Amino acid sequence: MADVEATLDACIKCNICTSYCPPAQVTGAFPGPKYAGPQAQRFRSPREPSPDASVDYCNGCRVCNLVCPAGVKIAELNARARASLFRDRGGVPLRERLLGRAELLGRLARPVAPVANLLLHNAASRWAAEVLLGIDRRAPLPRFANRTFREWFSRRGGRAREAAGARFTTGRRKVAYFHGCAANYYEPHVGRAALAVLERNGVEVIVPEQVCCGLPMLSNGDFDPARACFQTNLRHLAPVVEAGYDIVGTSTSCTLTLKAEARELLGDDSEAARLVGEHTYDVCEYLMAMHEAGELDTGFEPLELRVAYHPPCQLNAHRIGHPATELMAIIPGLEVEESGAACCGIAGTYGLKKEKYAVGMAVGRPLFDFVKDSGATVAACDSETCRWQITHATGVRCLHPIELLARAYGLADGQA
Amino acid sequence: MRRISADVLVIGGGATGTGVARDAAMRGLWTVLLERRDLNHGTTGRNHGLLHSGGRYAVKDPVSARECIEENRILRRIMPHCIEDTGGLFVVTSSDDPAYGDRFKAACDACGIPCEEITPAGALRREPRLDPRLRRAFSVPDGAADPFVATLATAESARAHGARIYRYHEVTRVVLRGGRVSGVVARDLVNDEEVLVEAAITVNAAGAWAGRIAALAGCEVKIVPAKGVMVALNHRLVNTVVNRCKPPGDGDILVPVGQVCVIGTTSYEVPDPENYGIEAWEVALLLDEGEKLVPGFKAARALRAWAGVRPLYSGEATAGGATREVSRTFTLLDHETRDGVAGLLTITGGKWTTFRQMAQVTVDAVCQKLGVARPCRTHLEPLPGSERRDYHRVGAPLRAVEGGRQAELVCECELVTRDQVETAIDAGAVTLDDVRRSTRLGMGPCQAGFCGYRAAGLLHERRQPAVQEANLALRDFLQERWKGLLPVLWGRQLRQARLDELIYLGIMNAERLDTGGRKSPLTDFYLQQAESSAHGVEQPLTGGGGQERHG
Repeated sequence: MADVEATLDACIKCNICTSYCPPAQVTGAFPGPKYAGPQAQRFRSPREPSPDASVDYCNGCRVCNLVCPAGVKIAELNARARASLFRDRGGVPLRERLLGRAELLGRLARPVAPVANLLLHNAASRWAAEVLLGIDRRAPLPRFANRTFREWFSRRGGRAREAAGARFTTGRRKVAYFHGCAANYYEPHVGRAALAVLERNGVEVIVPEQVCCGLPMLSNGDFDPARACFQTNLRHLAPVVEAGYDIVGTSTSCTLTLKAEARELLGDDSEAARLVGEHTYDVCEYLMAMHEAGELDTGFEPLELRVAYHPPCQLNAHRIGHPATELMAIIPGLEVEESGAACCGIAGTYGLKKEKYAVGMAVGRPLFDFVKDSGATVAACDSETCRWQITHATGVRCLHPIELLARAYGLADGQA
Repeated sequence: MRRISADVLVIGGGATGTGVARDAAMRGLWTVLLERRDLNHGTTGRNHGLLHSGGRYAVKDPVSARECIEENRILRRIMPHCIEDTGGLFVVTSSDDPAYGDRFKAACDACGIPCEEITPAGALRREPRLDPRLRRAFSVPDGAADPFVATLATAESARAHGARIYRYHEVTRVVLRGGRVSGVVARDLVNDEEVLVEAAITVNAAGAWAGRIAALAGCEVKIVPAKGVMVALNHRLVNTVVNRCKPPGDGDILVPVGQVCVIGTTSYEVPDPENYGIEAWEVALLLDEGEKLVPGFKAARALRAWAGVRPLYSGEATAGGATREVSRTFTLLDHETRDGVAGLLTITGGKWTTFRQMAQVTVDAVCQKLGVARPCRTHLEPLPGSERRDYHRVGAPLRAVEGGRQAELVCECELVTRDQVETAIDAGAVTLDDVRRSTRLGMGPCQAGFCGYRAAGLLHERRQPAVQEANLALRDFLQERWKGLLPVLWGRQLRQARLDELIYLGIMNAERLDTGGRKSPLTDFYLQQAESSAHGVEQPLTGGGGQERHG
C-alpha cells in the first residue's frame, strides 16, 4: 500500500486539481487541493503544531484524487492534516465528534424515534443546535426510522430466505450485507431493497455483525475512534470473507472506507484489512458484475420514469465507472439522465456545519439546477447524505438506484 | 573614477565577509564591503545548511570541534530565527563499526560537546524512517541553519552600524603603494564603471577565491578548492540532522533544512572554484549513502543537486586531492609578517558555523593594526529579525500566509508572496536569482516552473526596463534553475522538468526570447558553467551544469 505522505513527491504542480476542486471554486476559505495537500504538507512537521487551519475547508469529495494525473493522494493528505489540526488544538471539537457518531446517535434515538425526530426537527431545537453546536439550522438532517434494518431482518427470520421467483438458486454467490448506519437507522427500506434484489437473483445474503465504517469520524478528523470501529469491523468481517462471502454495501461511502479509505488513512496494512478491502463491493458494482457474468435476472417490469441520476463523489472514488447508470438503463421505460456535476456539496457532514453550509449549497448549485431543469420526477443517488442534500435543495425525492431496481422487479415492500 | 574611502575594506560578501564588516562597523570602523556578485552567491549560498555541534570533528579535528560548539551556542543566541533546533543524531548503522561510538562519545566529552547515547529504539521513535538495523545512536546539539537569511541579517546589522556594502563590484586590481596595500580598483558590473576603494586595511574574505585576490597583491595563498556535492530531496524524510557515526566521509550527513532534506557531501579538489561539474557518480554515491541511513531514500524524489567549494587552507599543498585530511579550522594570514605586504589580511578556511569567530579574530587583528582598542560585541548583540527570540519553524511560512495571503503567492512551492518579491526587486535585486536568494523564489519542487515568469513580470512592472531586459532576467533565471536539475533528471523530477519545459519552451518560446543581444553581469557565468558540466548531455533549454544550495 502506498505511503500517503510519500505521494506528495508525485505532485508536479499542474494545478489540475485546483481547477476541478468544488469548494475552491466557490469559496476563498479553501486555498485548493494542491495548496492544502502536497504543497502544505512540506511545511507540516510532526514536531510542530499545525500551521494551517484552512485545510479544514477541504470537503473530502476526492475529486482532486480523481483528476490528478500523477497519483497524489490529496484528499487523504488533507484528512490527516485535519486530524492533526484538531489534535493540536486541544482535541476534536464537540460538533465534529457528534457528527462523526451517526451510529451512537442512532442507537440512542432508536427506542424513542418519534420523540427524537420531534426533538430534532423543530425550529427551536435547530436554532439551539446552531447556536450551541454550530450545526446549520437549514441543513438536511435525516429522520430516525421506527425500526432498524437489523430488527426487521432478525424478525424476518435470519439468513437465506429464497425470494419468490428467484431464477438462480444455486447458492453460488454468498453476500454479507454491510448496511452501515444509514440503512440501519434512517433508511431501512434501502437495506430491504438491496436484500430483495440480491435474493431475487439467488444470492445467499447474511447480515454480519458490524459497526459504523468509521468514515464520518475520519472525515471529521477523529481518527482514534475510527480506528477502533475499523478494527471491530475487521474482526467481524474477515472471518466472513474467509468463509466465502463477499461484503456488499448500499452506501458508497461505507464500501469505499472498507475497500481503501480506512486502510490508507489509518495506515493499516494488516492482512485482515487487505482481505476485507479486496472483497468489498458497492451493491451496484456487484450486480453489474453479475450481469456481465450473465447471472442477473433482467426480467424487469417497465417503469415509466424519468430519473435524474447523480453519481456521488464517493462512488467516483471507487473508480468503477457508474454501474447504477448501466443497471437502470436495463429497466424498460426508465430514462436516466446523468448529472455530470462534480459534487452535491454536503460531503457527508461538511455541509451541515454552520460556516460551511453556504459553501456546500454553492458547490451543489450546478447539480441542483440540473435536477430542477431535468423535468425528472425523481432523482437517484447512491450515497445517503447526497440524497438528503438533493432533496433539501430541490424538493425532488431522491432514491437509491437499488430501490428502483427493486421496484422494477416488483419487489417494492412499501414499508417505509 | 569613482572613489570610496574607508578604514577597513572587506572583499567578499559571504558569511565571513559580512561577518567581518559587521564586527568592524560595530567597533566603530568606517567599513566598506565589496562583493563581485550578490551576497551569498558563493559558497555560503551553496552549503549544507548545517549548524555543527562539532560532533563531526570531535575525533579527528578537536580544534574545529571546540570552535563549532562554542559558536553553535552563540549563534543560537544571536540569530535564532536563522536556525531550526532540529538536534542531531550520530547513528552507527549496520555497516559501521560499533566500537567507533565509544571513541566518538569520549571525543565529544573532551571537546565539551553535549553528547548522550540513546537506545536504538529511542532513535527510531524520534526518526521512524531510519534503518531499523541501526546499532547505536548519540544525540548532539546539531541544528539546521539558513545561511541566506543569516548573511542578509548580518549585512543589515553591518549597514545599521554604518558599513557600506556594494554588490556586483568585482575587484580587478589591488593598489600597492610602497609595499603596502592601499586599496583596490573594482569594476561596478551593473553601471559598468571603475571604482577606486582606498582603505587602511584590506581584508580578503573571498573564500574559495581568496587565492586570486591575494595573487593580485603578489602574495601566494594556496587555497584548496574542495568541491562538495549535495542533493536535496523534495521533502523532509527526517526532522533531525542525522550523521553517520564513523570517520567523516562522503554522503554521511542528512540535514532537514527548510522544506527539504539534503544529503551531502563529497569532498574533492577542483582546479577552479568557478568551473566544475556535478558528476553522475557523485549523485549516485550520495543516494547510496542516504539509503544506508533511510531505506527508500533512493526512491524518493530528488529535487536538485548543487555543489559548493570549500576554501580549505593547508599551508602546504595536499597530496592527491585528499581534502578530508585538511583541518576545517580557520586561518588568519597577516601578509605583512608573512609576505612583507602590509595592509592586507586574508581570513580563510573554517566553516559556516564558525564565521562569527573568524570575523572576530580578523577584526581583533585589524584593530591592533589601527591602534583601536574596542572589544568585539558581535556575540552579544542579536541580529535584526531575531526579535522574537525563537527558532525558525518548518511551518512558519505556511502559518504566515494563512488567512487569505495565499491569494497573492508568486512562488507557490515555497510560499513566496508578491510583497516579498516586490520588496526584493525594490531593494535592488539585479537578477531574478538575487530575488531567489533573499526570498526562496523558485527553490521548491517545480523549480520556477510556475513562478519564474510571474517574477519576471513583476520585475518589469516595478522597474519598467526594456522588454529585452526582462526577457534576459527570465532566461538567466531559467538557466540557473536548469543547471541544478540536470544532475537529477530522472523519475518524478524529470516529469516536473518536462512540464516546466512545455510551459517555457512550448508556450512561451523561452529559447528564442528577444534579449536584444544583451548580457547580464551573470550571463557569462551561467554559460561558462553550462559548458563545464554539460557532460555531453543533450540540453533541452540553454545548457546547464552546476550548483546551488537547497533548491
